[in-house]
Amino acid sequence: MQDQDVIREFLVESHENLSRLDQELVELEKRPQDAALLASIFRTIHTIKGTCGFFAFSTLERITHEAESLLSQLRDGKRELTPSLISLILETVDATRKVLASIEATGEEGSDRFEDITERLRLATQSPAGAEDSSGCDVAPVPLAEPQAVNGCLEAGERPKPDECGLKSSAADANIRVGVGLLDKLMDLVGELVLTRNQILQFNTEREDAALNATSQRLNLITSELQEGVMKTRMQPIGMVWNKLPRVVRDMAVSLGKQIQLEMDGADTELDRTIIEAIKDPLVHLVRNSCDHGIEAPEVRSQAGKSPQGRLSLRAYHEGGQVNIEIGDDGAGIDVAVVRQRAVEKGLLRSEQMEKLSDREVLNLIFQPGFSTARKVTNVSGRGVGMDVVKSNIEKIGGIVDIFSRPGAGTTVKLKIPLTLAIIPGLVVTSGGERFVIPQVSLLELVRLEGDSSERRIEHVHGTPVYRRRGSLLPVAYLNQVLGLTSAERTEAVSMVVLQAEDRQFGLVVDGINDTQEIVVKPLGKQLKGITVYAGATIMGDGKVALILDVLGIGQSAGVLTESREQARAKSEQKAQLGIEQQRLLLFRAGSFARLAVPLALVARLEEFPRNVIEQAGGCQVVQYRNRILPLVPLRAVLETGIEDQDLIVDPVQVIVFNDGERSVGVVVDQILDVAEEVVTIRQKSARKGLLGSGVVGKRVTDFLDLNQVIHATTESWFPAAGGPAGCKNLLVVEASVFSRGLIRSSLDMAGYRVMEAANLEEAMHRMEQQPADVVIVALDLPNDSSAALLAALRERPEWECIPVLALAESAGQAQSVAARKAGFQDCQVKFDPEAMIESIKRLAAGPVPAETPSVLVETALVGAGEER
Amino acid sequence: MTTEIAILKSEQALSSGQFSTFFVADLFFGVDVLRVQEVLRFQQMTHVPQAPGVIEGLINLRGQIVTAIDLRRRLGLPPRSGDQMPMNMVVRTDDGAVSLLVDEIGDVLDMDAATYERPPENLDPAAREIIRGVYKLKDRLLLVLDTERTVDLAVGMAA
Repeated sequence: MQDQDVIREFLVESHENLSRLDQELVELEKRPQDAALLASIFRTIHTIKGTCGFFAFSTLERITHEAESLLSQLRDGKRELTPSLISLILETVDATRKVLASIEATGEEGSDRFEDITERLRLATQSPAGAEDSSGCDVAPVPLAEPQAVNGCLEAGERPKPDECGLKSSAADANIRVGVGLLDKLMDLVGELVLTRNQILQFNTEREDAALNATSQRLNLITSELQEGVMKTRMQPIGMVWNKLPRVVRDMAVSLGKQIQLEMDGADTELDRTIIEAIKDPLVHLVRNSCDHGIEAPEVRSQAGKSPQGRLSLRAYHEGGQVNIEIGDDGAGIDVAVVRQRAVEKGLLRSEQMEKLSDREVLNLIFQPGFSTARKVTNVSGRGVGMDVVKSNIEKIGGIVDIFSRPGAGTTVKLKIPLTLAIIPGLVVTSGGERFVIPQVSLLELVRLEGDSSERRIEHVHGTPVYRRRGSLLPVAYLNQVLGLTSAERTEAVSMVVLQAEDRQFGLVVDGINDTQEIVVKPLGKQLKGITVYAGATIMGDGKVALILDVLGIGQSAGVLTESREQARAKSEQKAQLGIEQQRLLLFRAGSFARLAVPLALVARLEEFPRNVIEQAGGCQVVQYRNRILPLVPLRAVLETGIEDQDLIVDPVQVIVFNDGERSVGVVVDQILDVAEEVVTIRQKSARKGLLGSGVVGKRVTDFLDLNQVIHATTESWFPAAGGPAGCKNLLVVEASVFSRGLIRSSLDMAGYRVMEAANLEEAMHRMEQQPADVVIVALDLPNDSSAALLAALRERPEWECIPVLALAESAGQAQSVAARKAGFQDCQVKFDPEAMIESIKRLAAGPVPAETPSVLVETALVGAGEER
Repeated sequence: MTTEIAILKSEQALSSGQFSTFFVADLFFGVDVLRVQEVLRFQQMTHVPQAPGVIEGLINLRGQIVTAIDLRRRLGLPPRSGDQMPMNMVVRTDDGAVSLLVDEIGDVLDMDAATYERPPENLDPAAREIIRGVYKLKDRLLLVLDTERTVDLAVGMAA
C-alpha cells in the first residue's frame, strides 16, 4: 500500500522530468555547446536511473544507464553532439515513457525489454568519437519532430494503444504540485476570511436586515466550507512520518540483536502538516524506546514463554475531533517497582511519598526530566529527545500523552493530538476589562458561584485560595492577579473556569465568561515570545486583538501547579495519619431517604429504562438488559415497608446496576444525585433493614446502603442458594474501620460467602475459635501493626497453620504486595477492588496451601495481581 | 586607521539613499524607505499584560497581528503629552512586521552619503545602541534608526 504511494510519486515526478527533458533536448540541439543544459539533462536521467535502481525496475535502469553513459561522454566533451545522437536520446525518453506507462497500468515494467534501444545506445557510446555520425545514422532514422508531435507516445514500429496516453496523463494530471508556502498563504487568507466573517456575523446581529441576514448566512456557509477545503489541502497522511520507521526499527533490531516485527495500522489517517512536523521526532523517539527498552532479546522472550519475535504496533485513528496514535509493544513492560526505586534514588520523591502514589502516577514519573529506567545506556538510547521532551513537544501542540504498561505484557503509549493547529475552538473570558481566549482543549468545566456566600465558597489554606470541587480541593488562581490587572469591582457571582494543565487541574477566576468561538491562532512577535502566559493572539469578531492564554504558563506563573501536587501529598499524608479513608460514593435519593450512598466501586453502570420495558418474571420485576434478564429491586419497597412497587411509577426508571461476576442486579432509585469523594466516617450504625449506617458526606447526613441485604431482600429467587458458587466457604474479615468492613463484607456477601467480622486481633481469635474460617482477610493497616501479629498468632496454632491469609493494602503497588508476601501473607490485594479480592479468595479457598511449595503460589498470585490492574 | 575609514565607507553605502523621516519628541529620525511597509494613523490597541514596558500593545493590521513598540520609551524619552496620539510606522523586520509608535511623520528625503557620520560617543546609551549614524542636514540632524536593533528588545534595554 505504501509502496504504491511511493511509486505513484515516482511516476508523477518522472513524467515531469521527462517533459522537461523533451524541451531541454530540443533546446540543446539549437545550442549544442550549452554545458549547463547538458548537465541538467544528465542530472535528470541520472535521477530516474537512481530511483529505478531503488525500485528494482531493471529494464528502465538499463535503458537510463546506457543513456547516462552516453550523456556523460557528451558532457565531458569526449564526443560531439549530433542531431542523430539527440534523436537517439529522445527515443530513449520515449522508451522510458512507455515503461513508466506500463508500470502505472500494471505495476510492472512489461514484457518489452527494449533490447534494441539499449543496444543502439551502447553502440553509440562505444563507437570511437568522430565516427558516431555513421553509427548514429543507421540506427536512428526517426525524424526528430515525430515523437514531439504525438506527445512522445510513438515509437518507430509500434502503435500506441489508444488508452495509453490517457493512462499516462492520469497520474501526472490528477495531481499538481503546489508549494507549501502557497498553501500556508492560503491558510492565512482563509483565517482572515474567517475573522471577517465573524465580524460580518456580529454586524448582522446588530441590525435587522433580511437581505444582509441571508447574505451573511451564505457567507458563513461558504467560508466554513472553504476553511474545511483549504485545511484538507494541508492534510497529510501520517504514513508520511511512518514511512521511515520500518528502516529505523530494522536498524535498531539488527544493532540490538532483537527480532522485531513492525505493524502499522491507519497510515492513511490525515493530520495537518504542521502537526506532522511536530510529532515526527517524538514518534521516532517512542519507537526507538520501545525497540530498545520495551522489547526483550529473543532468548529472554523465549524464556518468558513469548514468541522470540517482538511485536511493535503503530495505530492511528480519528476519535472525537482528535487523532489518536498508539505505539505499543509486547515487551517487558515497565516495572513499577523499578520506577519507584529509581525515582527515590534520583531524589524526585521521598520513599514515604512514593508509597502514596498509585501505579499510574508512578508510570507518569518517567516523563520527568532526567528519568530513565534503562539499566544500561546503549548507543540508541539517550540520543535526541527524552521522554520529558516527547511529552512537552506533544503538549506544545495541544496533545496529551498517556502511558499504559503491564509488566511482562508490554507498554502502550497513547498520543492524543488535535487535527489542526491553525483554527481551534476557544472560550472567551474577560478580566480587568481585557478579553482573553482559553483553548477549549484545556477546559474542563465552568463554575459559577452565586449568592451571598459565593466569596466564602473559595476558602483559604494558609493563604492559598482553594475551592471544594465535589469534595476535593482545587487550587484557585485569579487571572487578574496573574496578569497584574486591576479587576472590575466584585459582583455577587464569581465565575471560575476549571482548567487542565498536564495532569493537574486548577481553577481560574475571571471577571466574566463570554462564549466559545472558532479562533485563528496567530503567533506573537519575538518581542513577546518570552512571556509564558500567552500561547498566541487572535482577532475577534469586532476586529480587535485578543490574547490566547497558555494554560500551563498561567498555572506555573500562579504557582498553582507545583503547589497542587504538594497539597495533594500533604493531604494524603494527613489522611493516612488520621487513619480515615477516602471513598468515591454515588449519592442518590429513594422515597423518604433524601440522601443515600453506595461506594462507586461496587456500581457497574447507571441506566435509565422506560417504564414499559419492565416485565414480571418469577414474582420479580425484570428488564431485558444486554441479552440477559436483569432483576430489579425497588429500593423504596425495601426501605419503607408497606409500600409496594410505588417507585416504579416514575418514567423513565432510574436504575443502578450492580455486577457480580455472571450475575447482575438493578436497584431502582428515584434520582441519582452526585458522585462525591469524601472522607467518610460512619457515625451511627443503623438498625434499619437495608442500611449499614449513617455518615456525613458533603456536610450532610447520608445513609449508607447495605447492598447485600437490599439485594437479597427481594431477589432471593434470582440467587439460587446464596453462596452456591462459592461453596459455602467461611471467611473472616479483620478490619478496624466499621465502614470499610461493611464494604468488604457486602461485596463478599454478594459473592455468596459466609462472612464473619472482627475489628482487632483479640476479636479475630475469638471468632476463629467459635468457627474456623476457610480464608482470613486482614487489612494491613490494623492499629498498632497488629496485622503481622495476627498472622503470627494464626500460624502458632497447628490447626490454623494452613489457613490462607489474604492481606488488604491501602493502595495498589507491587512494593506493597511483595512486602506482604514476604511477611507470610498468601496474597495481597487493594482494599476496595472487590473483583480482584474475590478472585484472590477463590484461588486461596480452592485448596489448602501446600506448605512445602509456597513460592509457586506466590508466583501465580503475582501474575494474577498484575493482570487485574 | 585605514580599516576605520573602510568601515565608515561601507556604513555610508548602507545608509545612503532615501529615508522615511519622522519625529519623536524633538528628535528627527530616518529609516531606510525600503524597510517601511506602511504608515498608519493611531490604531486601537490590545494591551499585553506582563509584557515589557516598551510594548504598547498589539494591533490588527488587516488580519495580521503586529506588535507596537513605543519609540519614546525605547529611547528613554519622557512620555507623550496626554492628548497627543502617536502614529504607526510599520517596518519590515526579519521577524515580520513591527509597528513603531512615533510622534509625527515627515517627508521622504534623499541623503547624500558625504554628510554621514557615526553617532557621537557621548550619546545616551539607550539611544546609542539603536542609532546607526547621523546625517548633517543644513538646519538639523537626521538620526538613522537601526530597525533590527530597535525591535530586538534584548539590545540596550539593560540601561
